[in-house]
Amino acid sequence: MRNRFADTFYELGKADPRLCVVVADISPAGSIARFRQEFPDRFVNTGVAEQIMIGMAAGMAQRGLRPFAYTIATFTLYRPFEMVRDDLCYQNLPVTIVGIGGGVSYSTLGATHHAQEDIAIACALPNMSVIAPCDPAEVEAATRWCAVQQRGPVYLRLGKAGEPDFTSALAEPFRFGKLRFLRMGHDVCILSYGPIMKMAAAVADRLQAQGRSTSLVSVHTLKPLDLAGVAEVLASHREIVVVEEMSPQGSLGLKVKALAYERGASSRIHCFSLRDEFVHVYGSHEEVLAAHGLTADNIMAGMLQDASDHP
Amino acid sequence: MLKRQPLRKSFDAPAARQRCRRYRRRILDISQQVTALHIAPAFSCTEITDAIYHGLMRGTDHDVFLMSKGHGCMIQYVILEELGVLSREDLDRYCKPDGRLGAHPDYETPGVAASTGSLGHGLGLATGQAYAEKLKKTDVAIHCLLSDGEFQEGSTWEAMMMAANLKLDNLVAFMDYNDFGGLERMSEGHKAFYPLVEKAQAFGWEAVEVDGHDGEAIFDAVISRIGGRPLIVVCRTVKGKGVSYMENAPIWHYRSPNPAEYRQGLAELAAE
Repeated sequence: MRNRFADTFYELGKADPRLCVVVADISPAGSIARFRQEFPDRFVNTGVAEQIMIGMAAGMAQRGLRPFAYTIATFTLYRPFEMVRDDLCYQNLPVTIVGIGGGVSYSTLGATHHAQEDIAIACALPNMSVIAPCDPAEVEAATRWCAVQQRGPVYLRLGKAGEPDFTSALAEPFRFGKLRFLRMGHDVCILSYGPIMKMAAAVADRLQAQGRSTSLVSVHTLKPLDLAGVAEVLASHREIVVVEEMSPQGSLGLKVKALAYERGASSRIHCFSLRDEFVHVYGSHEEVLAAHGLTADNIMAGMLQDASDHP
Repeated sequence: MLKRQPLRKSFDAPAARQRCRRYRRRILDISQQVTALHIAPAFSCTEITDAIYHGLMRGTDHDVFLMSKGHGCMIQYVILEELGVLSREDLDRYCKPDGRLGAHPDYETPGVAASTGSLGHGLGLATGQAYAEKLKKTDVAIHCLLSDGEFQEGSTWEAMMMAANLKLDNLVAFMDYNDFGGLERMSEGHKAFYPLVEKAQAFGWEAVEVDGHDGEAIFDAVISRIGGRPLIVVCRTVKGKGVSYMENAPIWHYRSPNPAEYRQGLAELAAE
């Protein structure tokens, strides 16, 4: 994802002199390094200083530029939170905050580097749009949208590297604010976003193997959420499974449940997220997700358990 | 390298003194319509703001004034009213639901460069603005007015370092050095805050200290700068300046005068 973002930004930045990158002491992936070499003035490193990263990006946007503020996801939102809120959101400026390593993908670095509440926090801010693409092709499409959109600030949550491709062959394009079906079924619908789509797809494979027709959906835009799209999913599927690499507080799962209640939907809704805790486990990304209870096995078992608890 | 050319080679000090008396009287007038205003913080930076608008800026649609100490915005509003950027109706509806002016500046109100009110944001925004103007190769100058208390925010020092790194000679910061925080005098409660000029110089800025109620001194400090990097003018001021009972009296950070106090204030601010 990092590399696809960098390649896309480089290509866009060559054509649009308003595009700038403001980083806080992070070594940029491949093509951003090339962008820095070719356009040194449009690449600003503020050092280990995230408040000025966001503040400068806001000031640059006020004077007509299109800055992308780029660092590890936790540091884009938590340290400079009030700059994100007041400078970007209150003033409604078209700055893209690019958070690398969303969720627990920095799996050996501990919870200081785990952006496990970022989506909830970003969604809570007025004027903020929130996008979490599921694969490199979706990163490219989202980045292209961010570079030209006129809505205001965007939090673009990326993973790291090595995410499989789900969307490059889809006929349906990325459309901001709309659900995107990766597979279409009619019994079960899995809603997911970000790199954990890989696990969601594995669950979809198993359900399909059991003879249950399964939809798989990228909810790449968390804010504004596609309420009409989710309502349609609720109306057309008996079971909904939400799989997300985010805290249960302020999660997509809760929003889907709230919408189901409002619409009087009768679908069974299973929610799987990170736990509301800091795990002190270091290992692969999969191992840290497992420490939060997120594995394909657990999701399959959890769905069965829900069914027996609430027949 | 861009060279900023001020419109004026000199500053009409007597005219500035008359303007500043008029601005303070206008603020006192508004204080009789609505109590939600910060009078003393506006009076401490009246001459600084006047010197920026009437001496340094080449039009409000060209150069930028960013009020980082958002609670001082009354002085900006009355100047913008006189310049015709805001209307009399705008000020009459200050802090009223049918108006558009609040007790802190709101971005995209005419003449307002940023939404401030939370301290420690303005210099970072101004740094970004100044850098953008460099990239666009314009001669726009960014003037940013901060309270001395804002220099207790770490974010202000992040901006100090970046503005110096980027050699932003189109950025001028003005510190309203009135020595009052909300709780106490900073010189008593926060001694490590000093010295100021030397600190700014150590962070790579050109820095001078002047009498912050002498508009000509403020103007001269900016036009006689060495250049090549950002400049900070540390302006020694008196909180509540111009009305005797408000000067250095912390209660006037928030309070509005009663009718008798109002009349006394107007009398003290009568035209020379």
